[in-house]
Amino acid sequence: MPSLKDLKNRISSVKSTRKITSAMKMVAGSKLRRAQENAESARPYAERMARVLSSLAMSLPKDLGSVPKLLAGTGKQDNVLLIVVTSDRGLCGAFNSSVVRESRRVIRQLEMDGRHVQILCIGRKGRDLLRQEHGKKIIHTVEDMGRKRLSFEDANIINAKVMALFDAGAIDVCQVVYNRFNSVISQVVTVKQLIPFAIETDSGDGRLEPVVGVEFEPNEKVILESLLPRALAVSMYGVLLESAAGEQGARMTAMDNATRNAGDMIDKLTLNYNRSRQAYITNELIEIISGAEAI
Amino acid sequence: MAETFNFELVSPEALQVSKPVKMVSVPGSMGEYSVMAGHAPIITELKPGVIRIYADNEVDVTESLFVAGGFAEVTQTRFTVLAGEAIPVSKLDRAALKAESKDLYAKIDTAISDSDRELLQKQWAVLEAKLQAAA
Repeated sequence: MPSLKDLKNRISSVKSTRKITSAMKMVAGSKLRRAQENAESARPYAERMARVLSSLAMSLPKDLGSVPKLLAGTGKQDNVLLIVVTSDRGLCGAFNSSVVRESRRVIRQLEMDGRHVQILCIGRKGRDLLRQEHGKKIIHTVEDMGRKRLSFEDANIINAKVMALFDAGAIDVCQVVYNRFNSVISQVVTVKQLIPFAIETDSGDGRLEPVVGVEFEPNEKVILESLLPRALAVSMYGVLLESAAGEQGARMTAMDNATRNAGDMIDKLTLNYNRSRQAYITNELIEIISGAEAI
Repeated sequence: MAETFNFELVSPEALQVSKPVKMVSVPGSMGEYSVMAGHAPIITELKPGVIRIYADNEVDVTESLFVAGGFAEVTQTRFTVLAGEAIPVSKLDRAALKAESKDLYAKIDTAISDSDRELLQKQWAVLEAKLQAAA
């Protein structure tokens, strides 16, 4: 039986925890709004890029020799680069652990197929969680991504690293594991292939216009070659934005739950405290009365 | 009077311009060219330079923006520019750019690896184009 003093201390400590979690929830909420706005404003570019790419792909000569390797692949699938996108900070529910769990599964699968896997971690948490099992495969970690505001430049830097590896022939395939932002309360762990690049030749809603007699300047090949790395950076940027929005959403939900839990706990503790105090008073009264009766 | 057509300028972070215009001139990699309504479909690469927008007629520039390279796509109905970076020319600061250019030049001199130097030289070319645009 904890003493009254102990109970009082616990109540006040849970109360201050609740204050912290509810503040964190509010901060995550405003950051989430910003992240969503960011993602929103990046969409037009990605859409138009996809359109240009698909019209390029359709007018491309069919012989594979002229298709850039980024699109056609290197003809091998032996070396795989896995990009694991997590957050730098914790306290966001299952956000990081679900990405890491999926990454472990993918790595196991790839290794069973006899592939050689390398890992690029974005975010401290992913590195920390993967280090024990796959420490030797982690070739690089990017930290403090978009501390202030996630910019296209961040995506470009990562992209440059991936491109350098690809050009050097160190990787044949590149996949990214990240949290896709579904809604504020749900993030879906997604594995997306970046290299070889998958062009959507049909956007699904039939909005794609038939392209006839499009001219290219200087020519298809040159444009495709300079467009593809950029398209890659754009999808990388998209992934980072989704993950950033997902992180804030996950944190907001986690902190909301924590705040509610703290509230429940305070209620229970307060009840306990009042009950103990009442019992104490009753006890004292009984003692006084029985003392008086004894005389 | 010529017809208008829809012109869109998008950078990775935002849709910068989207409005009907009369004519737009862009810096293509094989030379600057202008697009008016009814232009044949064409996809071009852009080099760093200035995009001039003629919203009301074919004579007066209503807006000019500096782009650090990108792509332009003309279809029957639209003209879309995918830019890497787009800044209104009026916001370019000549003095600051000059200082930056000087710094970069020093860096190129001291660059160790060839790939580094190449990257810096590319940045320098963009900066030079910016300077020219600001003049």
